[in-house]
Amino acid sequence: METVRAFLRHPSGMIGLVLLLVVVVVAIIAPMVFPVSPWEMVGAPFTPPGEDGLWLGGDTLGRDVAAGVAYGARVSLLIGIASALAAMAIGVVIGAISGYFGGKVDLVLMRMTELFQTIPAFVLAILLVATFNPSLLTIILTIGAVSWPPLARLTRAEFLRLRHREFVEAALCQGERTWRIVLGHILPNAISPILVVTSLTVATAILLESALSFMGLGDPNLMSWGFMIGAGRTVIRNAWWMSVFPGLAILLTVLAINLFGEGLSDVLNPRVSRRRS
Amino acid sequence: MTPLGSAAAIGLQAISRIAQLVAVILVIATFNFVLVRAAPGDPAQVMAGQSGASDPKLLDDLRKEYGLDKPYFVQLVSHLGRVVRLDLGYSYRQRRPVVDLILERLPATLLLTVTAFCLALVIGTALGALAGLAAGSVLDTVFTVLSLVLYATPVFWLGLMLVLVFSVTLGWLPPFGYETINVQLSPIEHALDIMKHMIMPVTSLAAIYLAIYARLMRSSIIEVAQQDFIKTARAKGLSGTRIVVGHMLRNALVPVVTVAGMQAGALVGGAVVIETVFAWPGLGRLTFEALLQRDYPVLLGIFLILSIVVIALNLLTDLVYRLIDPRMTTGAA
Repeated sequence: METVRAFLRHPSGMIGLVLLLVVVVVAIIAPMVFPVSPWEMVGAPFTPPGEDGLWLGGDTLGRDVAAGVAYGARVSLLIGIASALAAMAIGVVIGAISGYFGGKVDLVLMRMTELFQTIPAFVLAILLVATFNPSLLTIILTIGAVSWPPLARLTRAEFLRLRHREFVEAALCQGERTWRIVLGHILPNAISPILVVTSLTVATAILLESALSFMGLGDPNLMSWGFMIGAGRTVIRNAWWMSVFPGLAILLTVLAINLFGEGLSDVLNPRVSRRRS
Repeated sequence: MTPLGSAAAIGLQAISRIAQLVAVILVIATFNFVLVRAAPGDPAQVMAGQSGASDPKLLDDLRKEYGLDKPYFVQLVSHLGRVVRLDLGYSYRQRRPVVDLILERLPATLLLTVTAFCLALVIGTALGALAGLAAGSVLDTVFTVLSLVLYATPVFWLGLMLVLVFSVTLGWLPPFGYETINVQLSPIEHALDIMKHMIMPVTSLAAIYLAIYARLMRSSIIEVAQQDFIKTARAKGLSGTRIVVGHMLRNALVPVVTVAGMQAGALVGGAVVIETVFAWPGLGRLTFEALLQRDYPVLLGIFLILSIVVIALNLLTDLVYRLIDPRMTTGAA
């Protein structure tokens, strides 16, 4: 309760939350407001915004840009959240093993993490999606697979910090099993910074997804913001609205998540927050 | 530490760096090898790409050339051997060795990324330092809001918006490409022409990193300003400028350079998208073309080469680090 109250008093965090709620509501009500699929033609090609009932205009085939933006919110949020959770799962497992067991295991895992942090993640993502063909699942797993290193490092640092605390030593003395100590004692105490970084990972995941679908590596069955911008790129002279509006949607969503995540960070763990900023 | 000792230490570090570089290249080459085998379909078909997959003779030749009937380990060793000799395979789509295709495009990518990287670092830290020294002022607030917005902007969209404003609407800058074609220009005019084409791609690529470095530098300056040695410098009666330039900037830069090195990979990834937007004739554009044709050997080669570029940028930041970190110069890192 105290945390919620503190968050309500956090101005930029609240702006982020409100913006984010708007995006979520748009994603939920998209099929109600736009009963016709965003892939269907509803007007003349290149309809400018505001004409023929198309608030944000029509694309090269006369499809509704507004419908695309609304349905795109579903895709972006779904992929963003799912791939951040995938990254969290990978990062927490690697970080926990590394931080808890230390020694050679830690050395090997951290070298691997560094390697993943060094290589150009976006190029690796392109390669992975191109290898396994773009679909919702491969995109989510790919973004998860290139986004976990910061979460692994954070989890490791938290485990190193908590590993020798009295309550962990006490649990060890009582002969508790390793997995119970890790899951029952250490992880609950490390979870709040992990959740903060995961929430910020949603934002980078959305940016990554939009770049992939801009390059033509989106799920071909899903209308996504990046795909729309990619389609609008070649006709920017004739139809600015095709690329402007989906881009604004990405910008607002990512900004909302970043503001929300940083607010959360300030409220939950001032210690990590100070280090981050 | 004696000069001789520190020279030996630097030498050792250089050797360990090169060893790391070789290790990373081998790991990535191994990863590429595994990926081809993990891809759906027969490796020969994957390597031949969509165009070659229907040609049974080509597939047969490929199976022989890559020894696909031999044990995996033998295949891996010969694959690594080829990578070490800079043989990155053959693009059946473009009918040329991959390494030639890549080396032809690499300079344009390097020009773009290195310019953006340096500009972002210099301007970002300068703006961040200004904001940090004037913390709480209107200027500071404007910078903070601007960097938050930039941080949330997709690079490729920023590029398109620049095209919309500066090429489509105002007609000031060329919307795409590397140089004006079909004109006779003197060398100086040619250089200016390329620079003109670079303005928008470099700006869109640098903007986000500029924002990141500015934010970091700002908090770093604020933190350094509160430390004891700054109080000592003030107590000694040093002038404000000397304190800022001689003491604060150098110390505040250390975390910024660390992060800049860590972000090099993301910057190179951003270049890939930006080149697609601006039809910049570099590796990003090549990636896009290879994707359209599912030209797999080219994609694998680009991944390997761009990883090496990132590591090189990391080495560069390491050098900068040496120059600025006061602890490094005394050898007591």
